[in-house]
This record gives sequence, C-alpha cells and structure tokens, in this order.
Amino acid sequence: MSAFTVTEKKDTRSGFGAGLHELGKQNPNVVALCADLLGSLKMDAFKKDFPERFIQVGIAEANMMGLAAGLTIGGKIPFTGTFANFSTGRVYDQIRQSIAYSGKNVKICASHAGLTLGEDGATHQILEDIGMMKMLPGMTVIVPCDYEQTRLATIALGTHTGPAYLRFGRPVWPIFTTGRAFEIGKADRMTEGSDVSIFACGHMVWLALEAANQLAEKGIQSEVINIHTIKPLDVKAILDSVRKTGCAVTCEEHQINGGLGDSVAQTLSAHHPAPLEMVAVNDSFGESGKPLDLLKKYGLSTENIAAAAEKVMARKK
Amino acid sequence: MPHPDLPQLQKLCSQIRRDIVRQVYNCQSGHPGGSLGCTEFFVALYFHIMKRNASFQMNGKDEDIFFLSNGHISPVWYATLARSGYFDVKELATFRQINSRLQGHPATHEHLPGIRVASGSLGQGLSVAIGAALAKKLNKDDRTVYVLMGDGEQQEGQVWEASMFAAHNKIDNLIATIDYNGQQIDGPVDQVLSLKDLKAKWESFGWTVLESNGNKLEEVIAVLEKAKTLLGEGKPVMNLMKTAMGFGVDFMMGSHKWHGVAPNEEEFKKAMAQLEETLGDF
Repeated sequence: MSAFTVTEKKDTRSGFGAGLHELGKQNPNVVALCADLLGSLKMDAFKKDFPERFIQVGIAEANMMGLAAGLTIGGKIPFTGTFANFSTGRVYDQIRQSIAYSGKNVKICASHAGLTLGEDGATHQILEDIGMMKMLPGMTVIVPCDYEQTRLATIALGTHTGPAYLRFGRPVWPIFTTGRAFEIGKADRMTEGSDVSIFACGHMVWLALEAANQLAEKGIQSEVINIHTIKPLDVKAILDSVRKTGCAVTCEEHQINGGLGDSVAQTLSAHHPAPLEMVAVNDSFGESGKPLDLLKKYGLSTENIAAAAEKVMARKK
Repeated sequence: MPHPDLPQLQKLCSQIRRDIVRQVYNCQSGHPGGSLGCTEFFVALYFHIMKRNASFQMNGKDEDIFFLSNGHISPVWYATLARSGYFDVKELATFRQINSRLQGHPATHEHLPGIRVASGSLGQGLSVAIGAALAKKLNKDDRTVYVLMGDGEQQEGQVWEASMFAAHNKIDNLIATIDYNGQQIDGPVDQVLSLKDLKAKWESFGWTVLESNGNKLEEVIAVLEKAKTLLGEGKPVMNLMKTAMGFGVDFMMGSHKWHGVAPNEEEFKKAMAQLEETLGDF
C-alpha cells in the first residue's frame, strides 16, 4: 500500500469496546446495555469499571430497546450492544416507535454485521441493516472501517444528539486510520485520483485501497473515499469527486438494495448523473465460511472492486 | 397524602367522559371503549396520586411520571392532560385532525406536553417505563414511575421480557396497571387468545400483584395508595384492574364493539345525555 501503513490488526468490535470504556470515564451519563453478548461486543472493560451503569438485559432485545428509550428520559445516554441482526431486524418496530419516532438519544451499537461474521452463517449475517436504519427519519448511520475509526466513532456518539446506528464487525482486520480525524457526516478521502471514484464503507474500505493499488499498477488513478457515515451523507464530498472523475464504484458488505450504493446513486442521479457500479451482495443471503472466502464468493473481493472500476470507466462518455 | 376530594374527582370523571366521546365523535374515529373504562384510573392518578411539577419537563425530574403503553386510549389521556393544565382544553377539538399535536396515538413528535414516548404499537410501554425507572434510580430521584397496559396487550412477547427484567433487577419504583376489561378488537380476550391465570403469571414472574375494580373511584385510589406502600421492597408492583369497556355510557358498556368505533350523531346525543357536564365542554 502506498500511503497506508497497517499498524496492527484488530477487530472493529474491540474498537467499540475501547471507545465505550473511554466514554464511560468521560461522561457519567453514559450507560451500556447488553443482550447476553458481553464478550462478543467487548463490553467487559466498561462493565468492570462502571458496574452500576452496565445493564445486562438477557436475550431480550425488544426489551433492551425500550429500556434504552426510557433511560434517555432521565438524561442517560444509552449504548445498546448486540449482533447487528438482533439490533435491527429483530427489533425494528421498537426502534421505529420508541426510539426514532420518539426522538430518543439512543446509540444502537451492532457487531457481527455482514458476510465477514463468517462461520455462523446467513441467520446471523445481516445484509439489510443499513437500509432499514437509514430509512428511519432522523437516524444517523455510521459504518466505520477499522478498529481505530470504530473507537473514534463510538466516542463521537457520546456527544452526538439523537438516535444513531453504529455498525461494526467480527473479523480481525487491518488498522490503517491511526492519526486520521473522524467527524460524523464528513467523508474521509483516502487517496486522490482523477480516473474513478471509489466510495466504500466498513471493512470494504481496506479492500478498496488494495484495489486502488491494483489499479495503479495499470496506470489508473482512483480516488478512494471512506463514506463512514451513510446518513447524513456527505453529498459534497461525493459530488466533488465524481465531478472530477466522471464515474464511481460503491463497495459495501450489504445488499445491493438499500445500502451505500443506493444513497450514492440517489445523489448522483439528482445532482450529477454519472456511470456507477455497485460492489455489494446481489439480492442473496450469505452462508457459512471464512470471511475472505465469503467476500470472494459473493463478489466483494479486491479483484471485484478493481474490475468494477475498469468497467465503470469504460462506460464514461 | 390528603384525603381525596371525591365529589370533585367524580365531576372530573364525568367531564372527561364527555371529552372522550366528543373527541371521538368530532373526528369520527378513535377508541372510546377503553378510554371510558379507564377514566377513574386517569383521574385518580393525575388529580390525587401523582406528585407532578407545575410545568412539563421531558426529564420528569423529581416528579412522578406516567406512561401509556396501550396508546389507542389516547382520548382519555388527552382529556386528562388538558384538564390537568398541560394544554388548553380547546385543543381537544383538534384530536386526530391534520396539523394537530393530538395524534391518533400519543407521540412526542409534535411536542404535546405530558407525553414522553410514542405508543400505539403494543407491548413497548412497560420496557420504556422500566428504563425511566432505572434512570430515576441512577439519578437518586426517589419519585415513582407509573405505566398502564391493556389486557389484550399481554399477548405481546415484549411484555414478558420486560416483566422478567423488572423482577430480576428489583425495579421497585414502578407501579404498573393492566386495564383488565376482557375485550380486544376481535372479541373477548378469552376467545381470541386466553391469558389464563394472569395474576398467577405476574406473581410467578416475581411481581407483587394487587387486584382492584377500576370503575370505583375510591377503590382505584385505595389500590394505588396501597401500591405506593409496597414500593422500595425489591419487587415491582402490578395492579390488575378490572374495568368495563365503555363504562359510563350504557350502550357502549362491556362490549368489544366499541373498542375503536365512533358514535354517530344520534349515539353521540344519547351518550352525552348520560354524562353530566360539570366543568364546561371544550
């Protein structure tokens, strides 16, 4: 990688755990709720140091969302922790009525999202959550790309007002954003290029950077932009880039319907129509397997991103 | 707690019943049955039992707060809130109309004073109330959280998640009540999906359970006073409150048919003739 040094590898969920623990020290109103997945969500440190502010709810996610909504009324800032599937699809109506419509300051923190959950298979590999959550009026949706960014995003949510969804994952993944600033709603341009824009979120940002290297070997200058905040979308960053490159690829560990690609397509069609290719799961459930094998099988590999970039460039007039 | 002013509270019950029927008649929609059945409960709670601050603050700091989980009985809550001074009674005329703060089901979105969470999709209110009770404990605020649910609502699974949580975590600053009127939209609860022994269910989940008649004002006050004496003892408190749906209007009483139907003009007049105007209609 040209500009990016991998300092070490860690899971993004550990970034959440570290950020939550720091928030616990900073703000006595931060409380954490967990639905029997303490270790998986890396909430152990928070529980150890702030036991009176840690609420174990058991395997009862609907109740957890209601409790969180109620806690905000007394001025608490609740962070709920469970798998992404149980943080969204299982409790959509609870989130919709008690949190989003009611305007409650709940931070829904969701691990094990997407195919890279791996061996547990499709029951747990939610690929629809970004769509569900971004459709809710007033909901902020954040999909950080590595341990460090997940840590910073968690801390940023401590001072953010309003309902928010923070999506992260299970696998150990390169850490490459150390020292970079994080601001909710402000996209992070990782590389500069004039041939093609590559918009990515979550684990896919690293793969997009790898694809950028592959493209560079062919003389293609790609601009990789980390759209860590799906909503509110950094429309300016997207348009500025596509006005320069004339075409775009989106990359996400999500269904092709409803995710980042949809948001970018909507933006481009309204403001600056341009060719767009989406690297995403194509209307399919996942399956058990190793994370990288699954990304390859479902068309989300580095090679898929590079191929999409060449394809979309060929569509430019 | 001073002795209740029963004649005044009875006047409020009669007026609020008129307000309920008028709201539903005006917009030709809404839920009169459960609203009429719970009138004594709302009057007892807001005009005698709860310690309330003079003006509405979302955080409910240092005051008792109430959540309505079965949000469809919004007419009785709106009338109670208006008669308690949270907003002008004239605003009851906007119930379920466009641009109103009085949504079909209670909402915070339009900032109606007195409402702290949206409800309507059933089964969620107890969880929210427990969350608010937890926040009071964390804040060292020793006031009480009240919540009302429907009996048909007990068919929602989330209620039992919340029930288990409250007992396990000793949420003893909470008084829950179930409007036990035995009716739901499609018919008697026993025919739609029986609750069997509801008292035994709540007791076995670890709650202290009281039983009461919700249409006798003195009894409603007495059971809520009794419930207050049970707070702080490590167990949440449940008030199983038998009511008659539609109580106070003879042709609406005791039938699920008036769960969510508005009266026509003739029925409206007939209902009004049975309810004394005590404090001035809106």
